[in-house]
Amino acid sequence: MRAFFAGLSIVTGLAMAMVSMPAKADPAPDIGNWQSVLDQARGQTVYFHAWGGEPRINDYIAWAGAQVQERYGVNVVQVKLSDTADAVAKVLSEKTAGVDDGGAVDMIWLNGENFAAMKRNDLLFGPWAEQTPNFAYVDVEGKPTVINDFTVPTMGLEAPWGMAQVSFYYDTARLDSVPKSAQALLEWLVKHPGRFTYPQPPNYMGSTFLKQILTELVEDPKVLQQPANETDAKKVLAPLWGYLEDLQPLLWRNGQAYPQNGASLRTMMADNQIDIAFSFSSGEVSSAIEVMELPDTVRSYVFDKGTLGNTNFVAIPYNASAKAGAVVLADFLMSPEAQLRKQDPQYWGADTVLAMDKLPEDMQKAFADLDLGIASLSPSERGTVLPEPHPSWMELVETEWQKRYGVVQ
Amino acid sequence: MLRLFPAFTLILMIGPVCAGLIGTILPGFGYLPALGGDVISIDPWRDLINQPGLGISIRLSLINGLIATLISFLVVILFCAAWQGTRIFGVMQRLLSPILSVPHAAAAFGLAFLIAPTGWIVRAVAPLAGWERPPDIVTLQDPLGIALIAGLVAKEIPFLLLMTLAALPQADANRTRHVALTLGYGRVVGWLKAVLPRVYPQIRLPILAVLAYSTSVVDVAMILGPTTPAPLAVRILGWLSDPDLSRRFLASAGAILQFVLVMIAMAIWWGGEKLVAWWGHVWAEGGMRGRRDDTVRSFAAGTAILSAAAVFLGLASLLVWSFAGYWSFPEFLPRSFSLRLWMREYDMLGAALWTTLMIAVLSVGVAITLVLGCLENETRRFQKPGQGAMLLIYLPLLMPQISFMFGLQVFFTGIGLERTLISVVIVHLIFVLPYIFLSLADPFRALDPRYLQTALCLGASPARLFWLVRLPLLTRAVLTAFAVGIAVSVGQYLPTLLIGAGRFATVTTEAVALASGGDRRMIGIYGLLQMILPFAGFALALLIPAVLFRHRRGMGNRNRI
Repeated sequence: MRAFFAGLSIVTGLAMAMVSMPAKADPAPDIGNWQSVLDQARGQTVYFHAWGGEPRINDYIAWAGAQVQERYGVNVVQVKLSDTADAVAKVLSEKTAGVDDGGAVDMIWLNGENFAAMKRNDLLFGPWAEQTPNFAYVDVEGKPTVINDFTVPTMGLEAPWGMAQVSFYYDTARLDSVPKSAQALLEWLVKHPGRFTYPQPPNYMGSTFLKQILTELVEDPKVLQQPANETDAKKVLAPLWGYLEDLQPLLWRNGQAYPQNGASLRTMMADNQIDIAFSFSSGEVSSAIEVMELPDTVRSYVFDKGTLGNTNFVAIPYNASAKAGAVVLADFLMSPEAQLRKQDPQYWGADTVLAMDKLPEDMQKAFADLDLGIASLSPSERGTVLPEPHPSWMELVETEWQKRYGVVQ
Repeated sequence: MLRLFPAFTLILMIGPVCAGLIGTILPGFGYLPALGGDVISIDPWRDLINQPGLGISIRLSLINGLIATLISFLVVILFCAAWQGTRIFGVMQRLLSPILSVPHAAAAFGLAFLIAPTGWIVRAVAPLAGWERPPDIVTLQDPLGIALIAGLVAKEIPFLLLMTLAALPQADANRTRHVALTLGYGRVVGWLKAVLPRVYPQIRLPILAVLAYSTSVVDVAMILGPTTPAPLAVRILGWLSDPDLSRRFLASAGAILQFVLVMIAMAIWWGGEKLVAWWGHVWAEGGMRGRRDDTVRSFAAGTAILSAAAVFLGLASLLVWSFAGYWSFPEFLPRSFSLRLWMREYDMLGAALWTTLMIAVLSVGVAITLVLGCLENETRRFQKPGQGAMLLIYLPLLMPQISFMFGLQVFFTGIGLERTLISVVIVHLIFVLPYIFLSLADPFRALDPRYLQTALCLGASPARLFWLVRLPLLTRAVLTAFAVGIAVSVGQYLPTLLIGAGRFATVTTEAVALASGGDRRMIGIYGLLQMILPFAGFALALLIPAVLFRHRRGMGNRNRI
């Protein structure tokens, strides 16, 4: 990198001389001493890089920011992204330029593959998450994914923020019964060709659908928890490709074109182009009904054998400017109060990461009293939560999918 | 003082542009230590070649870019030839100019909502055909990319037309046309034979810019283009945003390939030019007068009107969507209307509009000053800038923006300017300046030197000459360049987000983030909001000459068409 940078500085000698880098190294906060973290955080501004595609979520983040400002004097600014990769790229470019302190990104909303990649390339600060006060309420026993992001141990490098579980949805005005397994979906499509599709991998939702099918069809789901190269990957994936061979021609537009993301599935539902769609939370469907994106006759359901579930996290880059402030914000986001509001479909409608039995009684009651929304599934209706495969499976599936179905001409 | 302008312009461009290039080329050959790549290798290229469907992606980029450019060019030229100097021409000019202020993505979304199987056209027919479900047909994202070409053409026609309009006065088009008519040539043939050879050199650069853009476009291609596989630029974007960071090497190699593709497209166009010039010579001397050109004229008007109508109907659909309640297929209009989303965004709007305006005016102001300074220096010293300098200025147009961005970030971070207003203005400048140069250079160079000689003979100083003669003669061209620049600046998403590190929330950064949520209502609102500033710019570009020159008939003519 030094050569690269030297090259640049020669070209820009003049400009370089004119400016000096402000040194604003923020000593790593001592998480064990919470009061010192709070002291250090006061007056800091946290630039929280988060997907900005949903006004309700943006409003929620603005609310959390206002709370943290009022209580701890930490200023929060949401940098609205269309793609988490932009925040990762930012950190990477800073590392390339040798800016190991005073970076532009203080916190990122991420999970799964992005976390694995950042962890692998040493782009994260920590461990910190498990020593924060509110982590005590997190449901580590009941929801193992709060410390295992797509099977990769988080090791305190990110704090759980919310739970997600795949749920399917359909319009009760159009369908009476729905297929509740991979096999049933295939049989249903034979009778209703073209009325289902999935976003084009490597889109996150599209890959999730493939993993859902894989998890259901694989002989021994446990192999998916290990990195793919430690197993006979070809054999493990064979049932998935067999299934897709039958499925592809029955998809919307015969599998010649795909929607680009999960949001497009909602649009296609509203336009009556497909009959069954899916998302990562049934609360999302409820809120789409509320903002008139979907008709109020839409309802959610899950497959009989369960659906994939995971946890969203927030992480702090290794060179963040306001690490203490970011830790304080992350801690607040895990607080019962913030989680309660998050689960309320009026504000967001995403599931909590907390364990009810660890909460004070008044909070337990408040969670129990929430009206989850017209199309949301109650915890008892959600069935088994299937664990996400190791990220290496996703890479394999995406690459192979691209070869088989990504080129149809 | 004046001689410093070219040097200063180059300095402003050199650092960032070289940084952008280095940031693309090194990882393209395996070098990016932050990701563990510390030896030069050709692995990224091997990886690239092994990508399934790469050939189709290349074909889609190259052929579609060429076809879209050719169609836009032909429509504009035929339309000018057939209708210049008529009332229809004036009307169309007023209709097409504001389309330039429509952001590409908004125009593409609008078009998508017209021609999709769930779009307005099908909805209009559905009750007659008895469709309750949208037909399962491929009108968008078709494998050949026809929808993509249509989207590009609809947006590029206004740009080329405006560039042509700015060039016409310098080509003395009106008188030439009259002479041709007097000699018994038909309108179209007379124009093509006598005016086009003078106009073409002036619009050549804008055409090449259109070609570069069409060959490497991302946003329009994502909305209207095929995805199995997608054109090359779209796939590069995918590789760059892949969570697997090692794909960045592959993406960088792809970006270099993309650059080569743009070059190849230009070489093909250049070859075509030679061919047409040779054949046109023979044709012009053949003496064919083409007096009966009614069909051609109607066709030219038809295509121009069709393209304008498509964009306007698309915009209308965005407007309707932004107020829509629940709206399902096959309803022609939403069941209910609501102000809810507009109210919700109202608070945030003021600040975002101000930030957008500030960045746009600063970068465009600096760009115009620099370009005018360079051009003035060049005329006074009779030196044209070297090829190398010109290439440097146009490079940002030739590379896929996204691949350029990594090196730019490293650069601005390295000099400690990242997250500042200065760096955001400079990075906008990098993309605005080429367009300002495109818009101004040729009209400036084509100014009739006799005006200036006359002024000099009357004893005016070179400075006086510039301010009192040259600049007023160029009012229209400068204002057009200004408006184009504003549109380019407002449209910048990635540079604003990444170089500003999210510290500058503009209408576009907000719009793109919200549009990723997929709600068509938000897409409608922000598509419309993104238009406001460029639209104001174009309105001013039309209004100011009219006001300025209302008492000077000759000037009015120069600055009208």
